[in-house]
Amino acid sequence: MTDQAANTDERIKSVPLMTRLITRPELGAIAGVILVTIFFLFTADSAMFTLAGVMNFMAPAAQLGILAMGASLLMIGGEFDLSLGSMVAFAGLIFGTALTVFGLPLILAIPVTMVFAGLMGCINGQIVIRTGLPSFIVTLAFLFVLRGLSLVGLKWATGGSTQMRGIREAVESDWLAPIFSGEAFPGLFAKFADWGMIATFKNGTPKVQGIPVEILWFIALTLVATWVLLRTPFGNWIFAVGGDSNAASNSGVPVRRVKMTLFVLTACCAALLAIIQVLDAGSTDARRGFQKEFEAIIAAVIGGCLLTGGYGSAIGAFFGSIIFGMVLIGLTYTDIDQDWYLVFLGGMLLIAVLFNNMIRKRVTGER
Amino acid sequence: MKHFLKSTLAAAAFAVATPVLAADIIVVSHGQANDPFWSVVKNGVDMAAEHTGADVSYRAPETFDMVAMSQLIDAAVNQEPDGIVVSIPDGDALGPSIAKAVAAGIPVISMNSGSDVSKGLGALLHVGQDEYDAGKAAGERLAAMGGTNAICVNQEVGNVALDQRCEGFAEGFGGTSTVLPSGNDPAEVEAKIKAALSSDESIDTILGLGASLVGEPAVAAVKAVGRAGEVHIATFDMSPGFLESVVAGDAAFAIDQQQFLQGYLSVSFLALHADYGLMPGGNVASGPNLITADKAAQVVELSAKGIR
Repeated sequence: MTDQAANTDERIKSVPLMTRLITRPELGAIAGVILVTIFFLFTADSAMFTLAGVMNFMAPAAQLGILAMGASLLMIGGEFDLSLGSMVAFAGLIFGTALTVFGLPLILAIPVTMVFAGLMGCINGQIVIRTGLPSFIVTLAFLFVLRGLSLVGLKWATGGSTQMRGIREAVESDWLAPIFSGEAFPGLFAKFADWGMIATFKNGTPKVQGIPVEILWFIALTLVATWVLLRTPFGNWIFAVGGDSNAASNSGVPVRRVKMTLFVLTACCAALLAIIQVLDAGSTDARRGFQKEFEAIIAAVIGGCLLTGGYGSAIGAFFGSIIFGMVLIGLTYTDIDQDWYLVFLGGMLLIAVLFNNMIRKRVTGER
Repeated sequence: MKHFLKSTLAAAAFAVATPVLAADIIVVSHGQANDPFWSVVKNGVDMAAEHTGADVSYRAPETFDMVAMSQLIDAAVNQEPDGIVVSIPDGDALGPSIAKAVAAGIPVISMNSGSDVSKGLGALLHVGQDEYDAGKAAGERLAAMGGTNAICVNQEVGNVALDQRCEGFAEGFGGTSTVLPSGNDPAEVEAKIKAALSSDESIDTILGLGASLVGEPAVAAVKAVGRAGEVHIATFDMSPGFLESVVAGDAAFAIDQQQFLQGYLSVSFLALHADYGLMPGGNVASGPNLITADKAAQVVELSAKGIR
């Protein structure tokens, strides 16, 4: 070590822009997106990369991404929430019941759903914090509890059916509905189609009628989560709590409050997805969100979150979700037989993670 | 430049992937290819593809997920195939996607579930079993066998399709028939049937709405109360155990909805439509086919080949 290096504090040392860019956790995920894109450019029907095709795979990517935002922040904070998928069904039940059974308008039904979901997140968080048990086990229990409650509640609310219908009719004239369902900017897209900028079907209907609202929510959530993580004290606390909660606690970080907030936030992300899905589908059933908790964690991990916490990014989870959406829908544009579908899905996800990991290790030189 | 490169690459990939000009048909169902029931549907789809020369792909979400299924339909619409086959377990959730396909001018046929909403969503026709008619056919046959007092065992209360089966049965049977609600646990079903048989000695007919959940426990219950041979037992759907009972004479028949036809016919119709503009004028009933002792052996053999 030279004298000059010893004299400069490494924390205030200026780092070249290039080095700063490639040591970001999201780099691997971006590389993964490029890899998957190249794969589908060679194997998939060309319709996949038209505007309509992109909207097609972005819709499931966005729906997963809304969950993955919550999951990634929670993972950076050092905890898991395996009850996410069941929470989607549970929040869907609360939301559907508020609309159809109690006839509430959206302006009331949405906060009610959020409060119930937040309460469940609160219970999860309190148990984890007070008992010190791994969140893996506590939230796994809630995976079953919430799934079961959804079934019980649905049968109670509908008088015996496992499917709740009639939601589209209940919100038909609600002014809030366009913010949470359907496609945004239909007028603009109709104009584009008139000008011939958007492809049309044989009979002249434009292939894309707007941007599905979940994509806008997805982008907005990513921006907010990134801002919080990188530009606010709370973001610093999340990294600190996930990295070493003892050290964080000793240096004055309110560890419990941070973790509680993260659990509630994650549950609210699940509730937001439930609201969007229920409004779009016009119905809800006891199987909504099945296995979504794993998909959300996978998306966060592809995006560079460490399972041990303390490292990761929201932008990474953004690209991780896009990889998942591309693989999920993209395989249907190829000639791969459905019987092989899950094999390819798993294989491609594994390759994306391995590739991401390799790139990150090579450029950051981390362990 | 980058965009140009992309589209050239995509065009090249497309040219390699689909060199022939066969009819392009996409099947989107809610049943996974590894589910025993749906693997038979898929085998029907594959055989139709082979027979008609159409280029067919079968897709289903990896779990029973209506949101994912609607996204798969959207993806199918975007590829502008010559026809789409869908199953419709939830008309509300899948309706907009199916309507989009119809609006885009793509012929749509529904199969298996959704006969009630199929027409309203713009599908050309439905290939499936009408639950009410199937129940009625079973009722008529059981009445012809001499039944006068029946119970219809419903193991999934609240499922509208199952309610329709019992209603159709009551209509076709004519005699006294009561619905016996139960949970979907075979032990519970058996206990409830035993209780019903001992409290009312005149019950001579049992219709189950599922083979392994009700049919098999019903056979066991009848044996346990010592009335084997006196009570006629029939059930919807098929299971190896129940078919053995049919062969052995312990049960009357199983009601087969012949899901192979649901896959085979819907794809064939769309292929013929793409090539020659042909299309049957109404819904097609793929079932019921009542599997009695004389047909059961053949069914057992064919089920090993994935056709029944």
